Amino acid sequence: MKHFQLSSEPVAHLALALLLIVLLPMSLDSFWLANFGKYIAFAFVAVGVVLVWGYCGILSLGQGIFFGIGGYAMAMFLKLEASAPELPDFMVWSSVESLPLWWEPFHYFTATVAAIFLVPIVIAFPFAYAIFKKRVSGVYFAIVTISLAMTMTVLIIGQQGDTGGANGITDFHTLLGMDVISEESRRVIYFIEIGFLLVITTLAGLLLQTRFGKILIAVRDREDRVRFSGYNTAMFKAFVFTIAAVLSSIGGAMYTLQVGLISPTLVGSVASVEMVIFAAMGGRLSVTGAVIGALMVGLMKSYFSEQFPQTWLFLLGAMFIIVVGFMPDGIAGTIQKILSPKPAKKALL
Amino acid sequence: MNANSPQSVHPAQDQIAKEESLRRILTVENVIVSFDGFKAVDDLSLSVNERELRVIIGPNGAGKTTLLDMICGKTKPTSGSIRFRDMELSDMPEFEIVRHGVGRKFQNPSIYEDLTVSENLEISIPQVHGVWASIMFRRTPRVKDRIEEIAQQIRLENHLNIKSGTLSHGQKQWLEIGMLLMQEPELLLLDEPVAGMSPREREQTAELLRTIALGKSLVVIEHDMEFVKSIASIVTVLHQGKLLSEGSIDDVQNDPRVIEVYLGH
Repeated sequence: MKHFQLSSEPVAHLALALLLIVLLPMSLDSFWLANFGKYIAFAFVAVGVVLVWGYCGILSLGQGIFFGIGGYAMAMFLKLEASAPELPDFMVWSSVESLPLWWEPFHYFTATVAAIFLVPIVIAFPFAYAIFKKRVSGVYFAIVTISLAMTMTVLIIGQQGDTGGANGITDFHTLLGMDVISEESRRVIYFIEIGFLLVITTLAGLLLQTRFGKILIAVRDREDRVRFSGYNTAMFKAFVFTIAAVLSSIGGAMYTLQVGLISPTLVGSVASVEMVIFAAMGGRLSVTGAVIGALMVGLMKSYFSEQFPQTWLFLLGAMFIIVVGFMPDGIAGTIQKILSPKPAKKALL
Repeated sequence: MNANSPQSVHPAQDQIAKEESLRRILTVENVIVSFDGFKAVDDLSLSVNERELRVIIGPNGAGKTTLLDMICGKTKPTSGSIRFRDMELSDMPEFEIVRHGVGRKFQNPSIYEDLTVSENLEISIPQVHGVWASIMFRRTPRVKDRIEEIAQQIRLENHLNIKSGTLSHGQKQWLEIGMLLMQEPELLLLDEPVAGMSPREREQTAELLRTIALGKSLVVIEHDMEFVKSIASIVTVLHQGKLLSEGSIDDVQNDPRVIEVYLGH
């Protein structure tokens, strides 16, 4: 596998910032800008996947769980705001008579934001540390996580009165009194989202250049050796898994804001696998690549489903096969290869 | 009124006792490992002294690698005790054993092929094992000097910035020894360090190990008798998980039991 050269990453990162801050808002109407806002929500997840899978070699097929945590936390807040002082409509339909206790904190925006960050940490870290300490890894870890994602879907659908069931939570229009449907506020939300994303991609890029980043690669290549160099590798793996979980959660919250809906389909196994595909498409060794991957897959989904309503899923599947089969390092990896045709010589300098 | 200095009562005796315990760095006592009833190591006892270069030989399946695996924590003994100085190792996790000063080199070179030689060495620097410490870590001039010093010792000073995956097999073996040295262990466990090396590389490795043994203890598993002769002071022969013979290379080679099972076949 080719070692990704981090030196070209800042340039790519700058280009991405330019695209997101200047080009897209200038050239797109509000419908498409909102669409891109949705794709970018998945970019948060993809950045996490790059860290956890691309660099540390942990294939998690359960990122949807954390996407759901963030998404539902935000949706619960918005729903309470929308229906106050009444109960949310779906609760009334399921003849729930009083607000469940665990909904109470979501009356407050600060508590909601705290939940978006803290709940994934509290769940992901102990789970991951325990499981990595037991040396569960590789395909077994993937199976455990995908099973949890499926369980989570079943749980949400089963508790219709508390969670909105299969329909999810929707029908809310204001955030702290601000109308989230108007064009103006959609733009504001878009820029907030971009701001978050660029901060996170910058931090992720910096993190990968530290000794910590190198240890992640070392764990991916030779976990045994790292252990015999005196590291508690379970701690490192749990840490990076937790970072990815928080990023997914932020992405979920952003998704709810952009789309005005969160539902169990975004939590389940299919969604979770798709989240890994974003990173695989863009390049699992490139933070910028992952963002591009999320944008491209999102765009293709919209475009194909509009143009070929019958066959779009096949076309999308074909794209995935082509990319994974012929560009194992994704779009970013391929561009890298074209830009530096003699990597071996370059490395000697 | 010297209640605060109790050790000064018998200074000479204490000194002797201290030296005695210092001399012995590794003590393996009555260790048994059984895998599904098969005893890979069977009631084995041995000890290694400070600054000793001990070679372990034995036919295939004698339990040599299993012994090293147990010392470094990769395999847990079924019964018995393994002590490093005064510390019991047999129920410590690997990374803690390493932090106490035991380093392990595996049979096949086990290095990080996607990282450069200097990054490989850098990761092996001790005392920076936490997540936060790793994020905050900076390559100070002292760290750089240390990396260069070790690189010189393992003859890779001109390869510091190339990806270690592109090194030759022998160089990879050296790199792993270098990574071990970076860890500043007091006891090094090397499993066939010259496997796959050219005669010239073997000579250079022997020289390297002899230099290391000036300040540290080594336990080396090796098959190549020429190489063993060039480095060993004491040789331990294992056979079917048991200690068969121990002594100087000549003693061992002339031991009829050894000739029967190992050298004379």
